Amino acid sequence: MSRLNAHEKKTVTFKLNGLPVRADAESRMLLSDFIRHEIGLTGTHVGCEHGVCGACTIQVDGAPARACLMLAVQAEGADIRTVEALSPGEGRLSTLQAAFKRHHGLQCGFCTPGILMSLDALISARPDAGRDEVRDHLSGHLCRCTGYVTIVEAALSALDEIRREVKSNV
Amino acid sequence: MNELTRPQSLVGQSVERVEDASLLKGRGRYIDDLPTRRDTAYAAFLRSPHAHAEIRAIDTDKAKAHLGVYAVLTGEDVASLTNSLVVGVKADVECWPMARDRARYVGEPVVLVVAESRYIAEDALDLVEVTYETLPPVMDPRAALADDAPVLHPSLGTNLINERSFRYGDPEAAFEAAAHRISITTAYPRNSCTPIETYGVIAEYDPGEDAYDVTANFQGPFSIHAVLSRALKVPGNRMRLRTPPDSGGSFGVKQGVFPYVVLIAIAARVADRPVKWIEDRLEHLTASVSATNRVTTLEAAVEPDGRITALSWDQIEDCGAHLRAPEPATLYRMHGNMTGAYAIDNVAIRNRVVLTNKTPTGLNRGFGGPQIYFPLERLVHKIADELGLDRLDVIRKNLVPSDAFPYRTATGALLDSGDYEAALDRAVTKGGLGELMARRDAARAEGRLYGIGLTAAVEPSVSNMGYITTVLTPEARAKAGPKNGAQAVATVGIDPLGSVTVKVASVPQGQGHRTVLAQVVADRLGLPLSAVRVNTELDTNRDAWSIASGNYASRFAPAVAGTARLAADRLRGRLATIAAAQLNVTADNVDFADGKVFDRGNPDNSVSFARVAAASHWAPGTVPEGTGQTIRETVFWTPDELTAPTAEDGINSSLCHGFIFDFCGVEIDRDTGVARIDRYVTMHDCGTILHPGMVDGQVRGGFAQAVGAALYEEYAYGADGSFLTGTLADYLIPTVMETPEPVILHFESPSPFTPLGAKGVGEGNCMSTPACIANAIADATGVEDLTLPLSPSKISALIHGDEKPSARPKNDAKPLKAREGERALSGEGSAEVSATREDIWAMLLDPKTLEAIIPGAHKVEKISDTHFRADVTLGVGPVKGRYRADIELSDMVEPEAVTLSGGTEGALGSGRGQGRITLTATENGTCVSYSYEAGIGGKVASIGGRLLDGAARVVIGQFFQSLARYAGRGKAAEAPSTGVLARLKSLLGRRA
Repeated sequence: MSRLNAHEKKTVTFKLNGLPVRADAESRMLLSDFIRHEIGLTGTHVGCEHGVCGACTIQVDGAPARACLMLAVQAEGADIRTVEALSPGEGRLSTLQAAFKRHHGLQCGFCTPGILMSLDALISARPDAGRDEVRDHLSGHLCRCTGYVTIVEAALSALDEIRREVKSNV
Repeated sequence: MNELTRPQSLVGQSVERVEDASLLKGRGRYIDDLPTRRDTAYAAFLRSPHAHAEIRAIDTDKAKAHLGVYAVLTGEDVASLTNSLVVGVKADVECWPMARDRARYVGEPVVLVVAESRYIAEDALDLVEVTYETLPPVMDPRAALADDAPVLHPSLGTNLINERSFRYGDPEAAFEAAAHRISITTAYPRNSCTPIETYGVIAEYDPGEDAYDVTANFQGPFSIHAVLSRALKVPGNRMRLRTPPDSGGSFGVKQGVFPYVVLIAIAARVADRPVKWIEDRLEHLTASVSATNRVTTLEAAVEPDGRITALSWDQIEDCGAHLRAPEPATLYRMHGNMTGAYAIDNVAIRNRVVLTNKTPTGLNRGFGGPQIYFPLERLVHKIADELGLDRLDVIRKNLVPSDAFPYRTATGALLDSGDYEAALDRAVTKGGLGELMARRDAARAEGRLYGIGLTAAVEPSVSNMGYITTVLTPEARAKAGPKNGAQAVATVGIDPLGSVTVKVASVPQGQGHRTVLAQVVADRLGLPLSAVRVNTELDTNRDAWSIASGNYASRFAPAVAGTARLAADRLRGRLATIAAAQLNVTADNVDFADGKVFDRGNPDNSVSFARVAAASHWAPGTVPEGTGQTIRETVFWTPDELTAPTAEDGINSSLCHGFIFDFCGVEIDRDTGVARIDRYVTMHDCGTILHPGMVDGQVRGGFAQAVGAALYEEYAYGADGSFLTGTLADYLIPTVMETPEPVILHFESPSPFTPLGAKGVGEGNCMSTPACIANAIADATGVEDLTLPLSPSKISALIHGDEKPSARPKNDAKPLKAREGERALSGEGSAEVSATREDIWAMLLDPKTLEAIIPGAHKVEKISDTHFRADVTLGVGPVKGRYRADIELSDMVEPEAVTLSGGTEGALGSGRGQGRITLTATENGTCVSYSYEAGIGGKVASIGGRLLDGAARVVIGQFFQSLARYAGRGKAAEAPSTGVLARLKSLLGRRA
């Protein structure tokens, strides 16, 4: 096994929110720190750095992942999405984001980016998801402000809207 | 006043929040997101692994020499540039933000490193060597009062830092005359609301002006600013404190960032560059701040019908290792409300504040309320049961009567408004208490464990800044001068194009202040919501603020939003005068709506708001004489009702008092002990509701935290003072799965004392819900003596008795020698090694060999023939750290057996252990058998607790694997390496 030096930097190249990025990272640098402080996208939040709170959840090749439990070098070649990718354009919110706004699904907003990334992945993979599945997905996230009720409502409302849109397009 | 009536105004509507669009897009600006200067350095702390220890020596030389390190500071370095933090009681004790000669809690900062990056700063922490001499810790507040208890602060000579007794009415006579005396003793645990965003501080120092400029996600109260300025030895105007635009939750907790403001400010001064520090989760859980734990004995004098005529409180408040400002405020915040929602005329109180080897305490949602209502509401439940009365009836009978408002409580609070009986009745009817009773009957008929809990509470809001002086004697208060009031401030400004900006010193952490202020001001000026923009960042060098500024004591809706209305009203009055001249009407006929200012009698006679508003900017000459400008208006508001404590110690500790009545049904799983909340109903009277969605959001959020406090959350300490809940896998915050949806009901009794009639609502369920759930569990189990959190194991013990020791036989196991409270480990195993006993014996005594085979060893020194010292790096679970190990050899029977005993010390904790190695000759070489026992404490025990046994086994296994490999290396060279590994694997038998 090759031994890595803590201070040795490696060039990491991956796709971030659709755009290619390349930057140098020490082999020990966490992906969460890399995205926030090297690249400068601060929407991904860090709440515990041990994989429990879920605030740093991003999507790696379409699947939700904790950015604090990955090293930057592990992202080599991956397709990564963060909360900054969700909005369909300037001044616009995605269906899920708008549902959160409508249902007061956030207060301080610190856990919200991670929750949105988990739910966005759920919506893509399982548009038929119901309350139980939504709650199951949310159980990997800690929110200290809302008591979760409005988050579940927002998610169900977004799923409902997306299903209706799909139907009307058929 | 009963049914909600909604005028066509923005206030009272659940408008979408103006904060949300950017937060949802990841464009929030929390402290760690703010841009910093290019030369900013980063801080990290070395923290005490011991709960109580003298610091004998600190060697920082290697850390200072490390590449990328700019400064290394000890407690003495910090003390040389600062004053001790002000302590809120008169006592011969200092309060330093970093340990000096003595560490008093696990996690107390001992050394601060400033480096080019956080990663390098943490590298350098590994190079610091601290020599501690441990002292016996004291963890329990009752034990801290014992004559022979270890004393934390020698200058104080005792752990009892403050004691006061109070008497209101004639409690002795009431108890004498009472038919019954019923009492309860409770120990309220330590917990915290743990925001998902941790503390953060960015500081700069300008030597030219001797001025500090600090940005911190501090939440107030800004009375703390005075503490900071004094500690940093600068006048207030040279201690610029700013808050970031967004803050990721606080719930009181971020008040506790202030000691780090001092430390990072000094770090910036010493390092001569900006310094940034973002707390990590382990630091937060271990050492940020905690609610107080409190031991209470509460006795009631009771009439045969359940009427309570007197209460006698004996409270022992545990504030941890230092009494940090504003403590002992947790003990006094509720002082006016010691009779809860009840009319009880006679009260005796004995308050003792003690120090223990735990993290210093501070603000936490509910602040003093949970500690009061748990014993009070458990006692009311017990009174009904002991007297064979209906529990709801006992509550109702004791409520403050509907016609009594405003009502002065025995201890001095002025309950502003309410109709507690009507609110309770509505909750019982609308919330379906009868139906819940039927559910309980049905469940019990099936043999299930089901209980119902009831709780009534008064929720105070808008703290009187003078309440804390109740801790002083009336004589001391007279000498110091009276303290009272609570200045709220709001500024409304109109720019040259007529758009409106509101500026407040409210420092929100997600409560939606910007939205509500826009609603309030837009309504008053007849503008759409979007025409008003609100700024809630605070800069003490630029903005209007006072000591009461900040976000705490649920003061926003009643005080801050009300003050914004007063400021808007002043501008409105002047704008009306200006418009009156333009419209040719009198000012009292002028109205504002839809962006227009118009004649109420003839709405067509109107002028645009912008045109009227612009006059002061563009044409001040047209403004009628004596009207004054309409550019910017700042209003300070402090309510008259917030008076200083009286000579008799009566204190109106808060301005507003909401009412809560909760009930719930809880079912307990007989097999697992899990308490499931079947239904929870919570009735709130928080006065006028400004934004129903946000009010319900506050209720649900407080409720979820209270469910955690009732069932899961505790900052747990070992008897040795080690902190045991250092990760969010150990400190259990409810997820969506554990958080039921409460049924929320409202009753509106506007406060006559606030401009909008609103009262606070954010903290109520943190006060009522833990007691309500415990009452339900008492009802289900028949057990009165309950201590939170009521975890499944605790409830199982209540219904089945304590867990019996394992029946598994232990082969001649020696008793463990771990100190009380340490995590004890033991194990044994053996390995077959292809070398003679004599060879192995020689290897075990040779430092070079040991260096090669001890896992993670950097260096092994031979101090004497039987004493070795090793530097090792070991990782357990998520923590990896450097340790110094001392190993002594004894009971040596060459070449058969040797005992290794030793201790290890490092930033991540400490360990002690003993192992016996026996060498037996076999056909192929030697069988090495070993058995060990060890005790581990400090950081590693807080965060790796669950992993320690496995990790120790792996490390010890690795040692013998290496020994076998090293001993057999002559032969190993002949075989391919994979073969050797496979063979070693098969050779290593484990029978742990």
